[in-house]
Amino acid sequence: MTAALIIDVTLWGSVAVLGFMVWRRGRVVAVSAAREGTMDFINIVPRIALGVIGSGFIAAVIPPEVITGWLGPDSGWFGVLTATIAGGLTPGGPVVGFSIAAVALKVGGGPPQVIAYVIAWALFAFQRMILWEIPFMPARFVWFRAAVSLPFPFLAAALAMLIGKP
Amino acid sequence: MSEPTANPPPPDDTAEPEAAPRKQRKPVGWSMIFIGVLVAVCVVLVWRRDGTSGVTEILSSDIWLFGEILPRVLAGCLLGAFIAEILPHEKVSRALGPESGLKGLLIGTAFGAILPGGPFTAYPVAAALLTVGADFGATIAMVVSWTLIGYGRAIAWELPILGTDFTLWRIILSVPIPILAGALGRIVYVRMYPKKGRDE
Repeated sequence: MTAALIIDVTLWGSVAVLGFMVWRRGRVVAVSAAREGTMDFINIVPRIALGVIGSGFIAAVIPPEVITGWLGPDSGWFGVLTATIAGGLTPGGPVVGFSIAAVALKVGGGPPQVIAYVIAWALFAFQRMILWEIPFMPARFVWFRAAVSLPFPFLAAALAMLIGKP
Repeated sequence: MSEPTANPPPPDDTAEPEAAPRKQRKPVGWSMIFIGVLVAVCVVLVWRRDGTSGVTEILSSDIWLFGEILPRVLAGCLLGAFIAEILPHEKVSRALGPESGLKGLLIGTAFGAILPGGPFTAYPVAAALLTVGADFGATIAMVVSWTLIGYGRAIAWELPILGTDFTLWRIILSVPIPILAGALGRIVYVRMYPKKGRDE
């Protein structure tokens, strides 16, 4: 609860500071910027609504046990591949993603595979993409960003195999 | 996959550097239709498995979450609009535009790593950067850096759950990724959209 409070305070604090900076450029500018932001908000509300409600139902269809099964059936490159897919399919917020990774480490999942999982989750978790990225960003950017990010869970796993865990 | 008219490329600032860039709002695109269909299918699956009570249970908890998120989304949108107003278009396109080179990718990465807040700030701010002249490459570096090396999630969730050793190791392995992803994005973008890529 306190973490949420800190987030809200910093967030609205930043809004106030930047709003003040815009205000100093003139009333008209400030009013038009605020109106622009509010219009963005009104436009985005239906998308966020679909995202929140939608990802809740998608998450209910994919139970976390399924994801755990995908993570670490194999310690080689096939394991990295399934870990990457598992990362993208993981429903829920950071608690779910990181807990699955922690469980995988405990039951003997290879560190490179777990690294690939955490990075794939950060890059592709469908819930974050549906709920946040697609509503706010141009669709073309989102698909482009995801496509360009594809090699990196594998690269990180390769680095992890090369360097090893300290 | 997307609507071509909805996403103008970072406009070149040779025409009217003083004019505040106006962003075109997204119409309902294929992405949203796709998500809508996916959601409908999942609702039916949940209904068949858990009955009406299962559906209303998820619905009510999601609506609760939605109400909690909304004020932050408003704050994020205002933040994005103010940033688009304050940041000089000309300077942004020089620092983060298609010609900004490695420096632009590094600035994007650093910005993503220090950006406070959650997705409700990162994505509106990233969209604002695109509007005021950042290119796809620098914006990709920023978004990827926020998600991989941003401290917020690492401190709040990853450290307590996965431990310091793993988290630090994971972050060190992740450091090159935003820069490489941004660079790859630029290379691909210039080849996919040769004309727009060389604007400026």
